[in-house]
Amino acid sequence: MSTPTSTAEPQPGAGAGVEPMVRAENVHKSFGAAHILKGIDLEVAPREVCCLIGPSGSGKSTFLRCINHLEQINAGRLWVDGDLVGYRQRGDRLYELRDREVAAKRRDIGMVFQRFNLFPHMTAIENVMEGPVQVKRETKAVARERAAALLERVGLADKAASYPSQLSGGQQQRVAIARALAMEPKLMLFDEPTSALDPELVGDVLDVMRGLAEDGMTMIVVTHEMGFAREVGDALVFMDDGVVVESGRPREVLSNPRHERTQSFLSKVL
Amino acid sequence: MSGTSAGRAPKGAAGPSAGDPAVATSPYEAIRAIPVRHYGRWVAAVVVVALLGWLAYGFSQGKILWSTVGGKLFDHTVLTGVWHTVLISVCAMAMGLVLGVLFAVMRLSKNPVTGGVSWLYIWFFRGTPVYVQLLMWFNLSLIFHTINLGPIYKNDTVAVMTPFVAALLGLGLNEGAYMAEIVRAGIQSVDEGQTEASHALGMTSARTMRRIVLPQAMRVIIPPTGNEFINMLKTSSLVSVVQYSELLRATSDIGVSSNAIMEMYFVASIWYLVLTSVFSVGQFYLERRYARGSLRSLPLTPWQKVRANLTTLRRPKVA
Repeated sequence: MSTPTSTAEPQPGAGAGVEPMVRAENVHKSFGAAHILKGIDLEVAPREVCCLIGPSGSGKSTFLRCINHLEQINAGRLWVDGDLVGYRQRGDRLYELRDREVAAKRRDIGMVFQRFNLFPHMTAIENVMEGPVQVKRETKAVARERAAALLERVGLADKAASYPSQLSGGQQQRVAIARALAMEPKLMLFDEPTSALDPELVGDVLDVMRGLAEDGMTMIVVTHEMGFAREVGDALVFMDDGVVVESGRPREVLSNPRHERTQSFLSKVL
Repeated sequence: MSGTSAGRAPKGAAGPSAGDPAVATSPYEAIRAIPVRHYGRWVAAVVVVALLGWLAYGFSQGKILWSTVGGKLFDHTVLTGVWHTVLISVCAMAMGLVLGVLFAVMRLSKNPVTGGVSWLYIWFFRGTPVYVQLLMWFNLSLIFHTINLGPIYKNDTVAVMTPFVAALLGLGLNEGAYMAEIVRAGIQSVDEGQTEASHALGMTSARTMRRIVLPQAMRVIIPPTGNEFINMLKTSSLVSVVQYSELLRATSDIGVSSNAIMEMYFVASIWYLVLTSVFSVGQFYLERRYARGSLRSLPLTPWQKVRANLTTLRRPKVA
């Protein structure tokens, strides 16, 4: 668990001796002239649920996408499970990883997108099977069996043969979560998973995520769902304008924000 | 919800089923109205039919040897011409498809050299008439007497550049330039989120292209490709200029020798219509296959459409 100090310092993980699942040191990212991330320091311990909140444009999603190298960082260091993201270090030199090596690292990191991004030309179960069959070289029979179990876990056993266009937003997002889980990741990244959903469909998706957290999955969740952050999150990180403004235990940050920018943001969303 | 409405449902209401008080609909009467009469449509139909009749009468007065048209339709030489037209069209289209995918990927690659070469290829082969290109291939021997690929192959250009080879190179290379643009548009039409989702699963860029992007691009690529193929069937008539005996050349040769020039053009037209019709049907079913997942319900096949139209033809009876 994170200590209750509300500072921008890296948080110690669960127990001092445990290797953090994700560690960011002074991460910077620019798109052309736009400086999006301005030195992010963050640690996420194994089995921890870390919620990233903040106004749009604060760099939450960009930071999340850096963790599985969908975006390349410009400065700083980023480790997942002890391995540098996107590079190999020999001595004091960094070597960019090849496409194949980057892909291999991403197998262990599941990602769920705001816009679902299911493959529209495949049925729900084919979406879930795609990773195991194509990347892990599982046989179709084994992958199908596991995919069916995963669909059942997210409450969609009866939708296995449906195409994404035949599913509601909430159902699509749950298939997307099952698709990510099929790779048996050790870390799950959620990029505003409920922001594109009708209010009545949000609950089903959050229930699935809550179940995952209870099973001990390490999760980083960019979200606007303060209730979820308060109940399920172990750590809450407030970002604004490319920096971590405040972090700590969700209840304390939400009920007793120390920083003025956190206070003004929370007063608008709560 | 059902509990409250069950309590409020009036006893003995005219619901759909008396045994299920939760679903209670109020009785209703369907609207019965006199449909609007479209007199303009009737007038237009009469005018069009009259004009068609006039056209048919005109043709019946022309000096046309209809028996020659019928007699030569399945002539051996004509059928060989049809076969050659299909053969050169399919081969040139296959060549165009392969070149199209190749040059589209080259054009989209981050390598500036392959991108530039692809641009140059498209610029040249799309910018010059296919007729000129055919003539250039056919007359290649005028500037290169031998084709010399070092230790692999060497031969006289005249021996290599048969009418078929000249026709294939002329049509295929030209088609490749058009297909490259069609394939590029298809690849670019696929949402970037698809590539990201595929990468996030741990797929490499090559596998993402093959498994995720190209299958979705096909939906955009197929309709214009079908158009291209039907165009190709007709454009192949140009290859008579390089002495390849396809449908047009076969029929017009007979026309000259048997003094039935127009009749043989009719024969050619009939065969071109048959070929384009057959391939249009094939295109429809191909499109239907790749529409899987993108539409909630697949488009009706022609047979299903006919059946649907038959049921709507009956006017609703007005009491």
